Formats: sequence, C-alpha cells, structure tokens
Amino acid sequence: MTMPFYVAPEQLMKDRADFARKGIARGRALTALSISNGILICAENRSNTLRKVSEIYDRIAFAGVGRYNEFDQLRIAGVRHADLKGYTYSRDDVDARSLANQYAQVLGQTFTHEMKPMEVEILVAEVASDPGGDQMFHVLYDGTVNDESGYTVLGGEADSIAEQLGQTYDGEWEVGDAVKASSAALSGQERTLEADDLEVALLVRETGRRAFQRIEGDELAELLN
Amino acid sequence: MTLPLFEAGGDPGPNFAALLRSTGLAPPDPDVPAADLAITHATTVVAIRCQQGVVMAGDRRATAGHLISHRTIEKVFPADRHSGVAIAGAAGPAMEMVRLFQLQLEHYEKVEGKGLSLDGKANQLGMMVRNNLPAAMQGFAVVPLFAGYDTTREVGRLFQYDVTGGRYEEREYAVGGSGSLHAGTVIKLGYRPGADADEMIDLAVSALFRTAEEDSATGGPDLVRGIYPVVAVIGADGFERVADADVEARFRDLLASLESQGGDFE
Repeated sequence: MTMPFYVAPEQLMKDRADFARKGIARGRALTALSISNGILICAENRSNTLRKVSEIYDRIAFAGVGRYNEFDQLRIAGVRHADLKGYTYSRDDVDARSLANQYAQVLGQTFTHEMKPMEVEILVAEVASDPGGDQMFHVLYDGTVNDESGYTVLGGEADSIAEQLGQTYDGEWEVGDAVKASSAALSGQERTLEADDLEVALLVRETGRRAFQRIEGDELAELLN
Repeated sequence: MTLPLFEAGGDPGPNFAALLRSTGLAPPDPDVPAADLAITHATTVVAIRCQQGVVMAGDRRATAGHLISHRTIEKVFPADRHSGVAIAGAAGPAMEMVRLFQLQLEHYEKVEGKGLSLDGKANQLGMMVRNNLPAAMQGFAVVPLFAGYDTTREVGRLFQYDVTGGRYEEREYAVGGSGSLHAGTVIKLGYRPGADADEMIDLAVSALFRTAEEDSATGGPDLVRGIYPVVAVIGADGFERVADADVEARFRDLLASLESQGGDFE
C-alpha cells in the first residue's frame, strides 16, 4: 500500500489558486462601468459568436473571463436560475445579489472539493433607475465576492487596466466616452483595438422590460472614432 | 433556490418546460373532470392578415357556465417582440400556457443567444397544446391562435391549433372560441387581401361587435365602464397594442353608422 504524500492545506490552496490565476491571466480582460446611461460592459473578444457578455434577466447581465466552456456553463445556470425564480415568484424578485451568492457557492465548492478549480472570474451586474443603485458583483475563482462600485476590471492584467481606467473614469460619462476609455485601457500602450476586436453591451437605464442591448458593427465603430 | 446545474446527459438544453420538469416545478395534469367544477372560459379571439403584418383582437369577457365571471380579462398577449398569442378555452390553463410560452421563447433566446424562427415558435406552441391533451380530455381545453411577423420572409403569418396540438397555417384570417362561427363569417365577408392594418382593425372591431350580439359568451364594448376589446398590430416594428381610446373611437363610429342606417338599433 502506498501512502499519499502529506501536503499542507496552505500549500494545497495556494497551488489551486495559482493554477486558477494562471488560467485566467492567459485570457483577455473586460471592463464594466456604471455611467449615466446604464452599465457598459466592454470585453476584448475576437469571436462574434462565442460571447463573453450576455443577458441573464430583465436588468441583469453576465460577463465572464477565463475558460469559455466553464463560464458559459455558469451563464446558462444563471439564466435558468433567474427564469425559474421569476416563474415561481415574480419578475421583481429576481436580483443580482442572490445570483452572485449562488455563483460564489458553486465556485467555492468547486475550488475546495473538485479535482480542479474553475479558471474563471465572473461579473453579475444589475442596472437600477438611478446610477447610485447600480450593482456589480465580481466573483473570483474561489468564490470570493466583491461588491464593486463605479467600475471594475476582470481578467489578465486587471490591475494595470483598472489603474488606467481609474485615472479618467467619471460616472457622468455617455456611452461613447466609456467605450473609448475602455478600449484604450484594454489595449494598453502598444496597440489599438478595432470594433471587430471588442464585444460591447449596455444595460440601458431608461428602458422597457429588457435592458440588455448589444452595441456592435457600425454603431460600435462610430462610437470608437 | 439553488443554482440549477446538470450533468451533460441530463441537461434540459434551452427548453424551459423540460427545465421545469427536471426541477419538479411543472404543474401536474388534472385528474378531476371539469364538469364537476364551474371553470372560467375565455371566449372569442380573431387574427387577420394585413399589409403591415397581422391584426389580433379579443373580447374581454370570461364566463363560468351561464354566468359572466370577468368583464376585463385579456386574451391577446405579446409572445415576444415580433409575435403574439391569443387564447380561447379554460382561462386558468390558458393563462398559464401563455406565461410558459412567453418564458420559453425568452429562455431559448437567452440560452442559445439567438431567437427561434417563427415556425419554431409556432411548433413550440403546438407542442404545449398537445401536452395539454390529457387536461383537455378532462374539460380543460386550451385553443390558441398564434400570429407573428416573419422577419426573414418579411410577411405577417398566422397559425390556428386544435386541441390535439394540430397546427394549421392560415393565409387570410383565423378565429377561435365560442363566437368563432359568427366572427369568422363577418371577417370572411369583409376581408380584402392586401388591405392595410387600419381597415382590418375596423373589420376585427366590427366582427367582435356582431359576435357579441349573437353569442352570450362574447362581450361587446362596454361604453359605461370604458372596457373595450384588446386589439394589437404585429408588424416589422413588433407587437403594438392599439390604444383603448382608438378602439373606443372605432366602436363609436361603428355605432353611429349603425344608428344612421336605423336597422339593428331602432
């Protein structure tokens, strides 16, 4: 009989966290900003079909970075959770906070109990009728939930992108300002990002029931110029 | 309520009804014949094709046996942005079916990232009607009309169903509910291919008015309480409900023209 090697719990957790962080750092980043028209989410994504930003419910959006198959599975679970909750209770009872907590529970459970932690970071954003009420929950690979206000960045090189965004960020921004600033922060110094390299969506503050709108094609190109 | 995660084999995909079943939230089929209960029935609905798309309309009455149970029930609903559904039959199961259908279309669109085609939506509704067959046999029949603007073909299309889920696409108009015989006759006589929405709204209003005179389960315009049929136009811009004030004006015009002819209203 072979005895398993003893590994200190601290070391075990650190190894798992390093593994997840490495996976996430390989992917492209995304930004989310609370602005005058709503919440703008801007991701660097060259694919037009494999989405990083999506609609969850009337006023709630989802964004993920890292491994696509893992965050997409979480996205679908979120849509299911929200639709089931709205069906069982009422549309008004579906909120971002409870969804973020559900995600945190699943990510935390996977981090400690499964073979491999999920290599993802996700954002659950809910737009309110006034900017002060906007909610953005940033959930990490180990289930840590951060309640962000103003703006947040997910993914590789998040700190330097956040620093650049923070120098100019203003909650009074219009969509055009926010798209330009996000694009500049995501691209860094050496390169520029075109409309084709970005996936942009807005949770519109003043709207009917479904607030989620994609900004793409010519409309996006115009905003970038 | 926990996050619904599934193994790859048991995943319900983009189907909301399957999700409800797999989470145990789907309602059970009734096993008591409806004859023992006075259940509420929703009555006459019509859908007419027009140049812009489709006009849908339904009266506001619900009956339970020989009694009027509601004066203000609505039977015409948006299914999604470019389609609408109108219901006749047992009101409770019908409302539930509409709610599930609306959710199903939205759920599919969110999970798949792309909406269903109009044919796909019509088939979905057909399946829901068919799944309701055991309940229909107990007296809880639901017979919807489905209409929408086909954004790929750029025309309005409409579909009629029977209790078994049979789906029939109609080219001109479709009617449902207790007053369908009378409403259908009025529309048949007044229908003109290629007519614009305005003319077909008047035709729908007139059909519901005539039906209300002949069928006790169909409600006419209630000028005292200000209750008028729900009328909607589905075109390239999506589902738009016609304002009550507009419907009222059309009824008042109809009444005025009938009065001036002296016939029915002497």
